[in-house]
Amino acid sequence: MDYATLIQVSDSALRLATPLLLACLAGLFSERSGIFDIGLEGKMLMAGMASGAAAYLTGSVWLGMFAGIGAAILFSLIHGVASITFRGNQLISGVALNFLASGMTVLIAQALFHQGGRTPPLSGGARFTPIELPFAEALADVPILGPFYAEVLSGHSALVYVALLAVPTTWWLLYRTRFGLRLRAVGENPESVDTAGISVVRLRYSAVIITGILCGLAGAYMATGLQAGFGREMTAGRGYIALAALIFAKWRPWYALWATLLFGFLQALALRPDVIEGTFGLAIPVSFLDALPYILTVIVLAGFVGKAIPPRAGGQPYVKER
Amino acid sequence: MDKLPAWADLVLVPLISLLLAAVISVLVILAIGQDPWEAVRVMVQGALGSPYGWGYTLYYTTSFIFTGLAVTVAYHASQFNIGGEGQAQIGGLGVALVCLALPWPHWTLALPAAMVGAALFGAAWAAIPAYLQAKRGSHIVITTIMFNYIASALIVYLLVEVLRPAGQMDPATARFPKGAALPTFHDIPGLNLIFDAPVPANVTFLIAVAACFAVWVLLWRTRLGYEIRAFGKSERAAVYAGISPVKVIMVAMLISGALAGLMAINNVMGEAERLLQNSAEGAGFIGIAVALMGRNHPLGVFLAAFLFGFLYQGGAEMGLWTSIPIELRLLLQGLVILFTGALDNMVRMMLVPFFRSRRAA
Repeated sequence: MDYATLIQVSDSALRLATPLLLACLAGLFSERSGIFDIGLEGKMLMAGMASGAAAYLTGSVWLGMFAGIGAAILFSLIHGVASITFRGNQLISGVALNFLASGMTVLIAQALFHQGGRTPPLSGGARFTPIELPFAEALADVPILGPFYAEVLSGHSALVYVALLAVPTTWWLLYRTRFGLRLRAVGENPESVDTAGISVVRLRYSAVIITGILCGLAGAYMATGLQAGFGREMTAGRGYIALAALIFAKWRPWYALWATLLFGFLQALALRPDVIEGTFGLAIPVSFLDALPYILTVIVLAGFVGKAIPPRAGGQPYVKER
Repeated sequence: MDKLPAWADLVLVPLISLLLAAVISVLVILAIGQDPWEAVRVMVQGALGSPYGWGYTLYYTTSFIFTGLAVTVAYHASQFNIGGEGQAQIGGLGVALVCLALPWPHWTLALPAAMVGAALFGAAWAAIPAYLQAKRGSHIVITTIMFNYIASALIVYLLVEVLRPAGQMDPATARFPKGAALPTFHDIPGLNLIFDAPVPANVTFLIAVAACFAVWVLLWRTRLGYEIRAFGKSERAAVYAGISPVKVIMVAMLISGALAGLMAINNVMGEAERLLQNSAEGAGFIGIAVALMGRNHPLGVFLAAFLFGFLYQGGAEMGLWTSIPIELRLLLQGLVILFTGALDNMVRMMLVPFFRSRRAA
């Protein structure tokens, strides 16, 4: 693989990693607060449909984005009601929401547009347009770093940069603020947080709502940035890859960035069989690249490469008193 | 929270959950501007109104019994097996390898061999997540999800690169030999008086019913079943009683995987007669809804599997004859899982006042 090809693949890797990164950080907030969330996929799907539909109807990508966030928060709240208020099984709730989303998105899109469960193609102001970073043009001729800056980093839509900025923001929020300390504590030992006079329920609901916002951004990017419109099942398992990345990253924000970039890179490679054959000298089956994120995650889960320890109170409903 | 009488917990909670799911679905149908009564009419007519409809409904029921039982057995060992979909696909691989290995003279010989193949492959696919849970504490839900995706990638690879006969375009195995074809309800003397046209429901239905009984015997009439249930209720008490957690998790998950794999007898051997991509078609996931709805009891699983068989076939007809998309099935499925599995405490809380007032009076 020569440098120009590497730049091309990295460019599409960053694009493909963005929804994974946003969803992964979404899961991070929820799971760090002690609420397992395997419904990331469904929330992204809902957000993709809502943002695609709203962007088409209003012609504004920003209104579309807010509609997507709203839809994802709605699903987050159902998850919250089931797992926080009614102390139900969080895993089952997540599974249920994924099916609900698969069905709902097609039903709504079909009722609105009669195009087989898709939203009409978006164009113009209904899509995110690429942003040229400053001096991208001028620096493009600088050897090695110039093309990297101009081709890989520059020229993406706003949400790619939002996703990248969300990493340090999440880190700062989790490790440098009082809210973050409490959030991490409530995922490890809710009794102690409760004893300190802080509401477990409120903390967990805030975490779940942040999860909704980030999933909303991920879905909106899928439908209005990565592609021009919503299509049925368009998230295609990305919510689960994000979940895998979250475990791979051991529930930490910076690791989440590297994990999702790695998985994004694998997805980008899978789209370029010619590059794989040229680089490795043999044809690696595309299905192997598709399965690699999951295989890597199983290996990490098995504890062969460090140990992935989930937040201790994850998955258990909090009962204040018996 | 007050406790409900056992019968209310077993019967009323799933029924109220189903009712809530139905009400929401009706509201959704109204919201998208369609006629819910027309939908119900088409569903009932399409699934139960003709021998043809029954043939499909019972065919789906058969698949869902197997995947529902798979979730049930794992559940009693407090393991949540979401991997039924992958285990059923790999079970299909086992069926295909067995059926293509020999020129089978008669289905009575091919069926037991294919069952062994299906069960072994399904169990093998559950074995790794089970081992990782038992020995290394990796969460079984996450690993089984991962194994679903690995399974479908593996099947795609095998169908495209290895098992596809030369000169065939679509990624699938060769057709199974004629001797491996299972008799459908249309071919069985006596039943063919009712099913006068070819239907997909086949002898596997009887095996599924037998499997319900076998699982009941296993869980409630054997020492192993007792160990599984004791472990599922309280791991610490079970360990104190000398029950090995590693053994229970492994055995329960292997049985669970084998049951999910056995589903392939129905769809791969009984219907498609070759292995296709995505052969399980979501039945593995429906098993979750079936087990929750059936309250993790084989009899309940049988009834819930029939309900979902009806919804599945009725939903397909509805997608064909009305303007309501077929995806309404997924909505119903999600709602049933949500109400029976995650919001069950809410349903119980709704019921408690009725029983409290009666007791007070």
